Amino acid sequence: MTRIRRSFETHWYAWAMVLPVVLVLAVLVGYPLGRGIYLSFTDANEANVARTIGVNHIPATYHFVGLDNYWKVLSGQEGHFYSRLTWTVVWTASCVLLHYALGLGLALLLNRKVRFRALYRVLLILPWAVPAFVATFSWRLIFNEKYGVLNAVLDRLGLGTVDWLGDTTLQKISAVAVNVWLGVPFMMVAILGGLQAIPGELHEAAEMDGASPWQRFRHVTLPGLRPVSGTVILLGTIWTFNMFQVIYLLVGQGASSDSEILVTYSYRLAFQGVRDYAGSATYGILILSLLLVFAVFYRRMLTRQETAR
Amino acid sequence: MSSSTATKPVRLRGERSRAASVGLHTALVAASLVSLFPVLFVVYVSLRGRDGWQEPMRLTGGLGLSNYGHILGQTKFLTWFGNSLVVALGSTVLGVLVSASAGYAVSRMRFPGHRPLMWTFLVVQMFPMAVLIVPLYTILGQLELLDSYLGLILTYCSVSVPFCAWMLKGYFDSIPAEIDEAGRVDGLTPFGTFWRLIVPLARPGLAVTAFYSFITAWGEVAFASQFMSSEEHYTLAVGLQTFVGQQKAEWGLMTAAAVLITIPAGLVFFLAQRHLVAGLTAGGTKG
Repeated sequence: MTRIRRSFETHWYAWAMVLPVVLVLAVLVGYPLGRGIYLSFTDANEANVARTIGVNHIPATYHFVGLDNYWKVLSGQEGHFYSRLTWTVVWTASCVLLHYALGLGLALLLNRKVRFRALYRVLLILPWAVPAFVATFSWRLIFNEKYGVLNAVLDRLGLGTVDWLGDTTLQKISAVAVNVWLGVPFMMVAILGGLQAIPGELHEAAEMDGASPWQRFRHVTLPGLRPVSGTVILLGTIWTFNMFQVIYLLVGQGASSDSEILVTYSYRLAFQGVRDYAGSATYGILILSLLLVFAVFYRRMLTRQETAR
Repeated sequence: MSSSTATKPVRLRGERSRAASVGLHTALVAASLVSLFPVLFVVYVSLRGRDGWQEPMRLTGGLGLSNYGHILGQTKFLTWFGNSLVVALGSTVLGVLVSASAGYAVSRMRFPGHRPLMWTFLVVQMFPMAVLIVPLYTILGQLELLDSYLGLILTYCSVSVPFCAWMLKGYFDSIPAEIDEAGRVDGLTPFGTFWRLIVPLARPGLAVTAFYSFITAWGEVAFASQFMSSEEHYTLAVGLQTFVGQQKAEWGLMTAAAVLITIPAGLVFFLAQRHLVAGLTAGGTKG
């Protein structure tokens, strides 16, 4: 008891300062998460949750069904979980890879002494300033089969037009393109900051020792970028895995579409047709678990690299 | 955008050959064009009148503001704009205010619960909105906060608070602790140190987090589409979808709206971007 008291006396200041955040997180994240987990163990849907129609209040009649939902999803009986998961992973990997590669390339270019550097920087950051939903709609117009400028150009060049948003494969490619356009500036800016944090002496020393440009890139620049890269790749992966707007607004609004990722599918379960709250919650929990597992492994890998160095 | 793999490393006392210079500028110009084109194209289409979008390659013909006149005069665009502004500003202010003190506490003080809290900040950022949307929907329904500004602002705080706290912690870490000690010696309380010394110094970090929350709220689609059910309360992200749907394809109006939506976001962005590099990397390296 006295220990608790003493602990309170030394730490009450810190606790008071974090209290607002803890409250907000508990109410807005903790409680809903608990409810979400609970819902995923029930058969709740639009027809049996508590609701008020006019003045009549109808109490909830859904039941606890244990792991049924998870079993249905994971055994592949419902919703093509594995094909969606595959596409989600491919989507995330290709987007993050392209984001990082292009961001690194552009950051390296911008990190040199170049005339109009400030102008290039502003122009290259521009996609970041455009809200994702606006950008997605704009790209939809560009990709438009009949009146889109992309097809008009292809037609003019005699290459024939392509139904960019009609075919599943092309939908996927278009979605990746839009997301890459949106995401490169963030990577570029973050990596540029990382590049500028690498002490110039390291490069000079390497140059003195006769390291070729490639060797300097490989052994000075890349290791120097490691802390920044670690964080931005982790964040980028999480954001892309959960990227809702691009997929939903570009392709996912119609009836069932194979180019939907897990998040948009879960959303559609909850809010289209007969609202399947339990199914949606199950997908949500599965997505969260996947990301958690990934984050834990990724961070462990980073610390191992760190100690191996 | 083309030469990501072909780029060479930083060269310090860099004199480069003429060819390398040309290559460098070509790559940068090409990348700039790719990043600029969709924006310019949308601005261009928006000026071509209501049906101008059907002839994207025609460069002749008049430009006019008729699309803008139409969306400002005959749609609820301005209402939606106001809604978005209220919601985005509300969640930004609330998010930054609430998370700044926590970020500071986590950065400077060691206390029981420190590590779990940092983990929570990180883990919550992983939450797909799909996990929270259904429970939040029912909770807000019970509180009768659906279809209201406050409900959406609170919802967005669940996204912005953990991120802001995480970023600000990183930024506070980059401010030397000697400053705190000096404040303490001069008789300030820990909160006084935070408020009078650290907050003014952390302005770049605060700007970045505020910018981030604003942009996230301004562009959020999933929650807004479900929570704001009456047309009076639509945010821009919901309203824009009404121009181009299953039955309608008012791309001319859509582009004009897109331009007007992007302007404030872009303004906020370029005001904050001066601090972006500093803020982001401070948050990034200390992960």
